[in-house]
Amino acid sequence: MAAIPAIMKTTAARLSALYLILFTLCAVALVFYMTSLSLRIFTSQTQASVAEEVEDLARIYRRGGLPALVRLVDRRSRQPGAYLYLIADPNGRILAGNVEELEPGVLENDGWTQRPFWYDRFGETGGIERNHHAIAQIIRLPNQMILLVGRDLGEPERFRQVVRRALMFALGVMAIGGFLIWFFVGRRALKRIDGVTDASRRIMAGDLSGRLPVSGAGDEFDRLSQNLNAMLERIASLNEGLKQVSDNIAHDLKTPLTRLRNRAEDALSGRKKTAEYRDALEGTIAEADQLIRTFNAILMISRLEAGYSAEPTAEVDLDAILADVVELYEPVAEDASVKLTVESPGRTTVKGNRELIGQALSNILDNAIKYSAGNGEGPMATLKLERRGDEVLLSVADNGPGIAEADRERATERFVRLEESRSQPGSGIGLALAKAVMHFHGGRLELAGADNGLTVTMAFPTGAGDA
Amino acid sequence: MKILVIEDDREAASYLEKAFAEAGHTAHVAGDGETGFALADAGDYDVLVVDRMLPRRDGLSVVAGLRARGKETPVLILSALGEVDDRVTGLKAGGDDYLTKPYAFRELLARVEVLARRATAQEAETIYRTGDLELDRLSHSARRAGKDIALQPREFRLLEYLMRHAGQVVTRTMLLENVWEYHFDPQTNVIDVHVSRLRGKIEKGFDKPILHTIRGAGYMLKAD
Repeated sequence: MAAIPAIMKTTAARLSALYLILFTLCAVALVFYMTSLSLRIFTSQTQASVAEEVEDLARIYRRGGLPALVRLVDRRSRQPGAYLYLIADPNGRILAGNVEELEPGVLENDGWTQRPFWYDRFGETGGIERNHHAIAQIIRLPNQMILLVGRDLGEPERFRQVVRRALMFALGVMAIGGFLIWFFVGRRALKRIDGVTDASRRIMAGDLSGRLPVSGAGDEFDRLSQNLNAMLERIASLNEGLKQVSDNIAHDLKTPLTRLRNRAEDALSGRKKTAEYRDALEGTIAEADQLIRTFNAILMISRLEAGYSAEPTAEVDLDAILADVVELYEPVAEDASVKLTVESPGRTTVKGNRELIGQALSNILDNAIKYSAGNGEGPMATLKLERRGDEVLLSVADNGPGIAEADRERATERFVRLEESRSQPGSGIGLALAKAVMHFHGGRLELAGADNGLTVTMAFPTGAGDA
Repeated sequence: MKILVIEDDREAASYLEKAFAEAGHTAHVAGDGETGFALADAGDYDVLVVDRMLPRRDGLSVVAGLRARGKETPVLILSALGEVDDRVTGLKAGGDDYLTKPYAFRELLARVEVLARRATAQEAETIYRTGDLELDRLSHSARRAGKDIALQPREFRLLEYLMRHAGQVVTRTMLLENVWEYHFDPQTNVIDVHVSRLRGKIEKGFDKPILHTIRGAGYMLKAD
C-alpha cells in the first residue's frame, strides 16, 4: 500500500485519476438523466394504457352493470401479462380481480395513486418477494363499489437494473482506460521528466558540462530540454567569462600592484631629497592611474563579453565616427610620420554605440600607428569603410610587421602582448576591448595579413546590432 | 568657494574635505542622503559633490529633489558605475557632470572649479578675450595681438573651450568629452598632441606663453 501514495505523487497518475473522476461524474449524471427521462416516459405510457383500459371497463359497466364488469375483470385477470384488476366493496373487501392483498390505504385514493404501492397477486400470498410495485387508477362506481385498474412496474425496475449494470461496465472500462493512459502516456512522460531531473541533479552536483537529454522527437519535452540546455550553455559561458575575469584580475593586477608597492617602499627607504620623494610619489600615482585604466578596461570587456551590458544602442554613422577618430589621431600620426588614408563611401549607419565603436576604432588605429614601419614606402595606415554583402566593414590596414597567423587568435586575448610588441608601451588590452565591442554589436573582429602589414577589420552586421 | 560633499565613505569624505581646503576652498561633508539634502537645501553652496550610492537617500534622488525645489546649484555626481548609460541617467536626474570612481583629485577639482564658474560665466558672449588673445564665436576667427590665427575647426573648438574656462585647470578627459564628445580613454595621449599644435599656433611668434601645462592635471589658458 505504501507504493500507492508514491504513485499518486506523480503528475501523470494524478491527471489520470482526475480524468477518471470527471468522466465518472459525467457518466453518472448522464445515466441519471436518461433513466429519469425514460421512466417518466414509461410512466406516462403506462398511465395512458391504464386509462384506456378503464375506458373499456366503464363502457362494459354502463352496458351490463356490475355483473358484466365482474365477468370481464375475471376473464381479463386470467390472461398472461394482465393488468391489475380489483373490485372491492366500500369497506375494502375484495370481490373480484387478480389482486389478493395490497398496501393498506391505497383504495382510499380517488383517481391516480400518488406513488407506486406494493401488492400481491392472487395465489402469491405469503411469498417472500412481496415487492411487486404498481401504479393504479381507482374509480368509485355509482354503487359505492371500488374499481382498481393498475399496471405492474416490474419493467421499469428491470430497465433500472440494466442501466445500473451498463453503468458499472462503463465505469470499469473507464478505469482500465485511465490506467492504460497513465501507463503508456503518463509513465513515458514521467520517465523523460525523470531523465531531466537526473541530468539536472548531476549538473547541480557540479558536472557543469552535463546537458539534459534530447530524444530527437522534437516534442514539448525536447523543446524544453533544448531551451534549458541553451540556458545552461549561456550560464556556463557567463561563468567562464567571470572566472576568466577574476583570474585575469588576480593575475594581471598583481604585477602592477606589486610594482606600485615596491615603488612606495623604495621611496621610504634611505634618505632622499624632497624632489626625489615627489618623483617617487608622482610615479606611484601614474602607476595607480594605469592600474585604474586597466581595471576599467577589464570590467568593460567582461561586461561586453558577458552580454549583460546595458549600453544603449542607436543608429550611428560609422563614417562620422571614422572621421572623428582620424581627426583625433591625425596629429599623433603626423608626429610619428605615419600617413593616414581614408576611404569611405560616406554616410553608413549601423545599430550600435558610438562611444564603444569610437573607442574600439581608436584602439585599433593606435596600434596601427605604433607598429607601422613602412616597407620601402614609409609608414602608412589605411582606414576603409565599405559595405560588403550584408555586412559593413570598417578596416584599418598598416604596413608594419603584421602578426603571424599562429599568433592572431592570441593577439585579441586580454593582456596578451606578442613578443614583437614588448618594446612598445601598452597594456595589451586594446584589441581585446575592440573584440569585445564587436561581440557586443553582434559582429566580429578579423585580423589578416602578415608580411606586408596587419589589417584589422571590424565587421558589423547590417540591420542587427544588439547582442 | 563653498562645496558640499555628500559621501558616506568617511575616509574618502575627510580626504576630500582636506584636499579642497588645501586648494583654497571650504568643503562641508554630509554622510547620508537625507542630511545632504537638508544641508544643500538650506545652505548656500557653490557646488555639490554627490556620491551616487548613499545611505537613507539615493544620490540621484537627492539631486532630483533639489532640482524639483528650484535649487540650481551645480552638481557633480560621483559614481562607481561607469557605463555610458549610468552617466546618462546621472545627468538626466539633474547632475551637471559625472565622474567615475576611482578618480584623481586633480580631475575632480578641475571639474568642480569649472562647474562653479559656469554658474557665473557668461556663456552667451560672442567674443572671448584672454589677455591679448581674442576669439570671435560668430565669425569663427581668432586673433592674438591683432594678428589673425588660422585654426582648423577642431582647433577652434578646443581654443573656445579653453578660453571659456580661462584661468581654470582643464583636464585631458574634460577636453575629450567637451571638444570631441567622446568619453573613452585614448591609449596614447592624443589630446596632448592637439594641444601642443594649438599652442604652436597661438604662441609661436608671440613673446608670452598663454597656454600652460599644469603638471599631473591638464592645461590652463591664462594671460600673465
